[in-house]
Amino acid sequence: MTVAAPYTPMELMICAAASTLEDGAMVVVGTGAPCAAAMLAQKTTAPNLTLMFEAGGVGPLLPRMPISVGDSRTFYEGLMATSMSDIMETCQRGMVDYTFLGGGQIDAYGNLNSTMIGKDYQRPDVRFPGSGGASDLGSLCWRVMVLTPHDRRRFVKKLDFMTTPGYIDGPGAREDAGLPAGSGPHKVITNLAVMGFDEETKRMRVESLHPDVDLEDVEANTEFELLQNADMAITAEPPPEQLEILRREVDPHRYIIGR
Amino acid sequence: MSNERSKASSGPLFREPDCDEARAWFRSKPKEMTDKTMSVKEAVSRFVNDGDYLSPGGFGGDRIATAVFHEIVRQKKQDLAFAGHTATHDFQILCAGNQTGRGQLLKQVDIAYIVGLEARGLSPHARRVVESGEIELCEWTNYTLSLRLQAAAMGVPFLPVRGFAGTDTFTRSAAGRVTCPYTQQDISVVPALWPDVAVIHVHDADCYGNCRIRGTSVADYYLARASKRLIVSCEKLISNEEIRRDPTSTIIPFYCVDAVCHVPFGSYPGNMPYEYYSDEEHLREWLSVERERAAHLSFLQRLIFDTQGFDEYFELNGGKNRIEELRRQELQPEEENDEIPHDE
Repeated sequence: MTVAAPYTPMELMICAAASTLEDGAMVVVGTGAPCAAAMLAQKTTAPNLTLMFEAGGVGPLLPRMPISVGDSRTFYEGLMATSMSDIMETCQRGMVDYTFLGGGQIDAYGNLNSTMIGKDYQRPDVRFPGSGGASDLGSLCWRVMVLTPHDRRRFVKKLDFMTTPGYIDGPGAREDAGLPAGSGPHKVITNLAVMGFDEETKRMRVESLHPDVDLEDVEANTEFELLQNADMAITAEPPPEQLEILRREVDPHRYIIGR
Repeated sequence: MSNERSKASSGPLFREPDCDEARAWFRSKPKEMTDKTMSVKEAVSRFVNDGDYLSPGGFGGDRIATAVFHEIVRQKKQDLAFAGHTATHDFQILCAGNQTGRGQLLKQVDIAYIVGLEARGLSPHARRVVESGEIELCEWTNYTLSLRLQAAAMGVPFLPVRGFAGTDTFTRSAAGRVTCPYTQQDISVVPALWPDVAVIHVHDADCYGNCRIRGTSVADYYLARASKRLIVSCEKLISNEEIRRDPTSTIIPFYCVDAVCHVPFGSYPGNMPYEYYSDEEHLREWLSVERERAAHLSFLQRLIFDTQGFDEYFELNGGKNRIEELRRQELQPEEENDEIPHDE
């Protein structure tokens, strides 16, 4: 019998994501878990992290998590309230290090679908919102982070629709499409593992398994073939101080970590 | 152009980017400083025509012109094209003009973001409307739709963008590819978009249409300049002297504006920065009644179709008392303990 971990999978995901953000970096975030991760980083290891929101909010002192990426909390006591173009163009000229994206489906190259499920574009089984800013941010920021639940419905061989480019179909494909060189998916953090991308093939590779998770669990929840690091690591458990800040200051009402 | 373009993408281009046609329109637009204040009813009946291309300001549920969207539905406007440029609650309102026995309000939609209300979830009725196949769709992104308005505001036929390509989003758009004459590299371009009519909610306007916005401007700087006609609704009607005391704060000049409608709390149930937060309870009610057609229809009947205007809708939802609570949430967010949904 294993002793219950002193944290939830969602807490582990947020802490792992927060730990990847260096001090002094610029990051465009959405609402929910990515916003929690950025706030946590800001309160712990990266006090000089600049948060940006796609509708124009820059450098807020977030009193609570926003519900819309355009609501007034995204520039609450902020440094600037600007336009959507200004944010996207700051990404396009190479100043933004990270963004966080999600989606209904992700494939081995980190391409994302947030547009539709089904075979017929005109008559989809489910219509999702579409790109919003995702395709822009996934094209123009240096490093794309994905936080998502891990299951076979999401981790698919073939997307029903490619909304946002990851590495498209392999090395050089982003550059061939005219996207800025040297950009692309960086980490995929799920409730089971942390994954990166293989330098040569640009395919998703398991870098660390969360405590008490086997590689078989990850593979059983992934439709495509995953690469794996030669020496598989175990995802670092969040230090108690980090968890404490997450619970007390970042998400005291447990909107995100209570899931 | 369309032959070249079709090699890259296959989505429908709802309006051709004709700079000279736009120049002729803007030349003939009345530019006198005249009093343009009028009721929302009059503004919609004069400046929104069947078949128009309509573009909303704000950000879906943030600083939106709710009163004007309700009136467009109430007046049964038909066959509109629409720029879904992070359209959330505004799109949800307009969808009430489709599949509710009132003809077809929306006919064509340029999509960056529709159907969803961000963290609040997907709108069941907007899904019904879009999934039925009755609307012609073209895919874009938030930036590329904004860039299309920027090109129109500049008076040029297209603008380049480094993102966007390599995806189905691009293939289902009406974007093009050109070779850069300087670097010899291929780059994506998006066509200018001159909406027939735009609807923007602002903090302050004078009677001539000089406007101020506090907080993020989203795409409204370009949208105001790109649109052939512009209906502005405002929280406060201020004097021209006040505008002149601080011209730096004017983001939309009078010569872009056709109608000024004074609608206090006019973004409700959306957020209005520095004024009131979004009414999450009411937005949840919208989403929940939409699950069942009969409940949805009687909800629309009671709150929109059978009401005389926005004031009545506002009162039915708690009016000033409700706004006091939302103002508190807006101005003192740290003290709040509402049950707001949170998601990516």
